[in-house]
Amino acid sequence: MTIAKGIDLGTLDDLVEGFRDPAAARVITAEIAVLGASLEAKGIEPRLMEVCGSHTVAIFRSGIRDLLPSNVKLISGPGCPVCVTSVAEVDRAIAIANTPGTILTTFGDMMRVPGTSTSLEKEKAEGADVRVVYSPLDALNLAAEKQATGGDERIVFFAAGFETTAPTVAAAILQAADMGLSNFYIQSTHKTIPSAMRGLLDTPELGLSGFICPGHVSAIIGARAYDFIADEFKVPAVVSGFEPLDILMSVKMLLAQIDEGRAEVETEYGRIVSDEGNPRAIEVLDQVFRVSDAEWRGIGTLPNTGLVLRSEYERFDAPLAFDVRVEPGRDNPACECGEILRGLKAPTDCKLFAGVCTPENPQGACMVSTEGSCAAYYKYGRDES
Amino acid sequence: MTDDTILLGHGSGGRMSHELLEKTILPALGWDESDHESKVLEDAAVMHITADSLLAAELVSEGDSRIAMTTDSFVVSPIFFPGGDIGDLAVNGTVNDLVMMGAVPLYLTLGMVIEEGLLISELEAVLSSVKTAAEAAGVSVVAGDTKVVERGKADRLFLNTAGFGVVPSGRTLSAAALRPGDVIIISGTLGDHGIAVMSKREGIAFETPVVSDTASLAGLAAQLFMSEAELRALRDPTRGGLATTLCELATSSNVGIELDELAIPVKPEVARASDLLGLDPLYIANEGKMIVVVAPEDAERAIHALQGHPLGGDAAIIGTCSDDRPGRVTLRTTIGGTRVVDMLSGEQLPRIC
Amino acid sequence: MCIGVPGQLLEIDGWKAMVEVGGARRETNVMLISDAAPGDWVLIHAGYAISKVDEAEALETLGYLREITEGLGAELAGDTAPEIA
Repeated sequence: MTIAKGIDLGTLDDLVEGFRDPAAARVITAEIAVLGASLEAKGIEPRLMEVCGSHTVAIFRSGIRDLLPSNVKLISGPGCPVCVTSVAEVDRAIAIANTPGTILTTFGDMMRVPGTSTSLEKEKAEGADVRVVYSPLDALNLAAEKQATGGDERIVFFAAGFETTAPTVAAAILQAADMGLSNFYIQSTHKTIPSAMRGLLDTPELGLSGFICPGHVSAIIGARAYDFIADEFKVPAVVSGFEPLDILMSVKMLLAQIDEGRAEVETEYGRIVSDEGNPRAIEVLDQVFRVSDAEWRGIGTLPNTGLVLRSEYERFDAPLAFDVRVEPGRDNPACECGEILRGLKAPTDCKLFAGVCTPENPQGACMVSTEGSCAAYYKYGRDES
Repeated sequence: MTDDTILLGHGSGGRMSHELLEKTILPALGWDESDHESKVLEDAAVMHITADSLLAAELVSEGDSRIAMTTDSFVVSPIFFPGGDIGDLAVNGTVNDLVMMGAVPLYLTLGMVIEEGLLISELEAVLSSVKTAAEAAGVSVVAGDTKVVERGKADRLFLNTAGFGVVPSGRTLSAAALRPGDVIIISGTLGDHGIAVMSKREGIAFETPVVSDTASLAGLAAQLFMSEAELRALRDPTRGGLATTLCELATSSNVGIELDELAIPVKPEVARASDLLGLDPLYIANEGKMIVVVAPEDAERAIHALQGHPLGGDAAIIGTCSDDRPGRVTLRTTIGGTRVVDMLSGEQLPRIC
Repeated sequence: MCIGVPGQLLEIDGWKAMVEVGGARRETNVMLISDAAPGDWVLIHAGYAISKVDEAEALETLGYLREITEGLGAELAGDTAPEIA
């Protein structure tokens, strides 16, 4: 986009626009082409995976695939927390929302995620009080306001997210405890990323040559959290930001590592991500949540990839407070989300893609959020594959 | 206090309805009975539209007289937002729909569905905006209706406006008229209205200097027509934004549309607020902008005409039509990549991930 | 996942802070970062500041991006948007 005002280069006002500069993009693209040719001469076809849905969307939105040498492939991984929320958890949220006297709040992406037979968006149309919020704080403020004015509704925040979002929900819980709120609950479907990446590395048929690591998850957990990728699996990893130039630079850094036969964890996104991450956020996270196994939609149960409330904070746990029972959820059996989330298939390999399964009527995980691989392919890239 | 709010009785058709009409609605709209042929309120407005009067105004020529009609309903929430309210929105929205077909807008109707409990002062404020916007657009509100529904059956105030206009001779605009080579122009910055409204939504609220762009495009379009540029189509990119409207044009005309992201004007504060909410300005609603599709040789002439009007200062050429990939809109991105631009699916919800 | 945007802290009152993001102002919460001060640049996610921007790093990267384009001729460095009179 053109921005009407001039940008003052050299100040932090330029934090966004500076990373969208067309001239710099041309230079880095040319450098990538040189690396691509060098790798091609060695018969190497790098397969780079971005595990973060925001990266998937940024890659499509800026048309980066177009700019890469033909031997360099970008593969989309499982990185959308809304997409990997299990059908049973969505069913549970719907059952909670349908409990009289409940206001269920959630992030906008979650509204259209299909449960076994319905979605929060459809239940809202049927009369359930479901509200989109921008922050867990908005849900907290709603609860505080209801409690102060004698309203007897219970406010539930249906919380999905990776390590980026989980500390914000933990912080909201601590604040709710401080404020003595007795009408605020969360349903946690938080998931953690590094263990899931280990699972991907344990899938040899993926043949991954490098990881574009999620920048905002890393702001919390730090770049060192990925050391095992380089140390144990000898796969290069670069922690990347989300602007077009961030991603181009990260691709360049990965190709350079591969070309030079190195496998290290490097950080392109040093303005946000440190080696150690954010100790204060990790402390809040650990205070409120403990690690558990988690069910990933389309993939199954992955050990130690979930976050549940510690017993000290159980009074905020919606599934405990609301006595709702849900059957094990059912996905459309023809849906290839599991394979797509693990990068084994492209969205266009699925029989349902763009036919039965569309953003308006999503069948599986990858089509539901704007950041799902299928939704991104559908919206931005249908002609390409 | 009950005097200050709308009650169900105000929609009964009885004495309270009459009082509301005579003491609130008509004065706020500036209704002057001496303007009208009938000096009392009738069941329908009756206007003289003689061929002679239109000929005299040089709107039509002998043997070519077409009228344009449209209707639109307005349910914006909240009803007051930075830069406007549901009143001017209802006038400008319908006026602009007429203008996009090349019509000179003349008359509007105004239907109101009011949720009981609305403050009469709020109704007056909205009606005052209706009056101001109608005057600015050069249209008269000639008929109306008021209904009151129970609390919870509407969201404070819904409006419907129907519009009537005359299409001057020789103007043929159609979404099906685009040809390869044609140039796509946008009359100004994108996303202002959607961001202004969203900044006041419950649960999302943030402070922004962005105000709605709600405006009548009648004057801007008149400049454009005077330039005698060869126009194919005009469209106002309201709900669904620029992307959705261009997809409709590409499909209707079976041409490809290629956009240049660097050329698309977006205010920095709109771009940053969109980042904050996870929205794409290409999909955000506008209420005072138009897409102009013009023959290539007349593009400069059209731009010049638009930029000479206060509403067209930021007008820019943003793309061209081609015979490549008919029905598809593609975008050359800031960094030189290419991507497909699809229609908006569902409502634009702020997303977190 | 995880949309995050940089913004600048304007004023801080306990955990509550006002942050400016390109002209938009919103309340944000700073309990997840240490030693927040007005003027600091932070990354905002879901209503919370989740990280401080390392200003030196940011300026260094921006400097690098500017540097690599300095060798380019004016016609290359300029954008390709159609010129509008």
